[in-house]
Amino acid sequence: MEKRVTFDNRMLPYLLLAPQLAVTIVFFFWPAGQALYQSLLLPDPFGLGARFVWFSNFEYLFNDRYYLQSFVTTAVFTFFVTLVSMSVALLFAVMADQVIKGAGAYKTLLIWPYAVAPAVAGVMWLFMFQPSIGVVAFYMKAMGIDWNPVLNGGQAMTLVILAAAWKQISYNFLFFLAGLQAIPKSLIEAAAIDGAGKWHRFRTIIFPLLSPTTFFLLVVNIVYAFFETFGIIHTMTAGGPGQSTTILVYKVYSDGFVGQDLGSSAAQSVILMVVVGILTVIQFRFIERRVHY
Amino acid sequence: MATISIRDVRKSYGKTEVIHGVSLDVADGEFIVIVGPSGCGKSTLLRMVAGLERITAGTMEIGGRVVNDLEPRERDIAMVFQNYALYPHMSVFDNMAYGLKIAGKTKDEIRQRVDQAAAMLQLEPYLDRKPRALSGGQRQRVAMGRALVRNPAVFLFDEPLSNLDAKLRVQMRLEIKQMQRSVGTTALYVTHDQVEAMTLADRLVVMNAGIAEQIDTPMAVYERPATRFVAGFIGSPAMNILKGSVSGSDFVLEGGGKLALDTKPAETGRPLLFGVRPEHLQIATAKEATLNLSVTAVETLGADTLAHGTLSGANGAGGELIARLPGSAKVAPGDTLPLTVQENMTHLFDAETGKRV
Repeated sequence: MEKRVTFDNRMLPYLLLAPQLAVTIVFFFWPAGQALYQSLLLPDPFGLGARFVWFSNFEYLFNDRYYLQSFVTTAVFTFFVTLVSMSVALLFAVMADQVIKGAGAYKTLLIWPYAVAPAVAGVMWLFMFQPSIGVVAFYMKAMGIDWNPVLNGGQAMTLVILAAAWKQISYNFLFFLAGLQAIPKSLIEAAAIDGAGKWHRFRTIIFPLLSPTTFFLLVVNIVYAFFETFGIIHTMTAGGPGQSTTILVYKVYSDGFVGQDLGSSAAQSVILMVVVGILTVIQFRFIERRVHY
Repeated sequence: MATISIRDVRKSYGKTEVIHGVSLDVADGEFIVIVGPSGCGKSTLLRMVAGLERITAGTMEIGGRVVNDLEPRERDIAMVFQNYALYPHMSVFDNMAYGLKIAGKTKDEIRQRVDQAAAMLQLEPYLDRKPRALSGGQRQRVAMGRALVRNPAVFLFDEPLSNLDAKLRVQMRLEIKQMQRSVGTTALYVTHDQVEAMTLADRLVVMNAGIAEQIDTPMAVYERPATRFVAGFIGSPAMNILKGSVSGSDFVLEGGGKLALDTKPAETGRPLLFGVRPEHLQIATAKEATLNLSVTAVETLGADTLAHGTLSGANGAGGELIARLPGSAKVAPGDTLPLTVQENMTHLFDAETGKRV
């Protein structure tokens, strides 16, 4: 039996695809092409013309101490955001999985932060931790902690990591919870009868069986920390103090739209595109070889 | 190896009591089968022995030790689950070795014990495989091996054969029995299949609606069912049950027919149930017949022929009946069969309580 839908009119399929194709071309292929092209140009200071300079934008970038530092910053930021959001989400999921009374309420509350826009989340955390007006900052100072993320780069980094991780916990929680619920109860019971304590059961049975979920979330979280945290960084620290929270994607913005160095900005976004490409390849290869139990 | 002593054990979920006080003493090395329809509480009872369900009231002893508040791992038991519950990410060897590793056995001892169990269950070629690469019967063996290597005081089986096809089930049934015999470990086995129950059990526990209706050897349960429920549940096709009351030395059916009784109950007039198994009805000459069956349907099974019908004629009306006749019997729907009841093979139950009279 022919499963495919067939059209009598040869133009109709293209017509039906047109809106989606148009959106993709206008908002994805065209800007991507522009970025590729611009990354090879050096515009003059007044934006009146541009010179074709081959790969000197890239050459310049890889000799730029700040750019290389931004790689390190991104790595640190991504590592901790992923670590914090995934481990906290796993902890919550394991605990929520054991709750019997009011489980629905817990789950709903834990999922809410996902609905908060990144910029709003950033502003919220900023209000709480801003050294002069923040509620939490007030108590931290009262406890004798020298809290000033506006001046202290390490503290600023901690703050954006917390805010970015907080937002992602809900997402990870959902996947972990679904993963946990897919593990047959009798397996856990069999392990309990075999003599395994709670922690041992988690380590030898539950965690290995969650590994497909964990690996999937790892890739998703890295991509999130790389690209989707712009709003949080922008509202909270604007990449500062100094360059201490300038992750790659923020540097693309600040060099291009604040620094007006469009050539360099375009080159940076091309490099990011390559990074996304690599991450996507990893993800797809993983999904194809994903272990099915 | 150990004895099990269950004393008036009860289980409630909230306010609903699902097990209404079961008492059972299991001797060392005995094979006890708990049988009953779904929802009768048999699995719950087993899970309480395992420590997977809390005991609401009563005491549970394994090997003379009260285990009510002990964790499953402190009870020295091993359980085989209906869905096998094999660890999917571990090889067959690791599945069987899991409990031993936790118990802190040496590598050599683990190897030796797993190999021994694998040899017993013919699992040697599969030790490196993952469970998903095994057939249903092999998985079942691994689950048994996992229980066996730990050398526990008690084996618990929760419908272990339900997921197998009919042929494998018969084979595994024998293997389970042989394995239990050879290691001599006390075993509790839950099933809803009466054939499994009859063939495996040293003693049967027939459960219904949270109550142990009868605890006895399979033959005693078959020959002298304690209640109407047991009479209907054990035996296939089920025992024929006819309503009526005793009058003199006869049982008078609701429809007016009369049946002679072997023993005369003390009281007369009380509503009773008369039970006779299909295999205890015999074809007789018209003169000898105590029952006449108008056959409505015939099932030929080869060795046996089952005749379904209703009672008719002078000797009784009303009531449906099944007779199990030899395979050679020539019966067709529409026939009237003259039948007699074998001596001492009738049962009387109280119509209200269902208890044997």
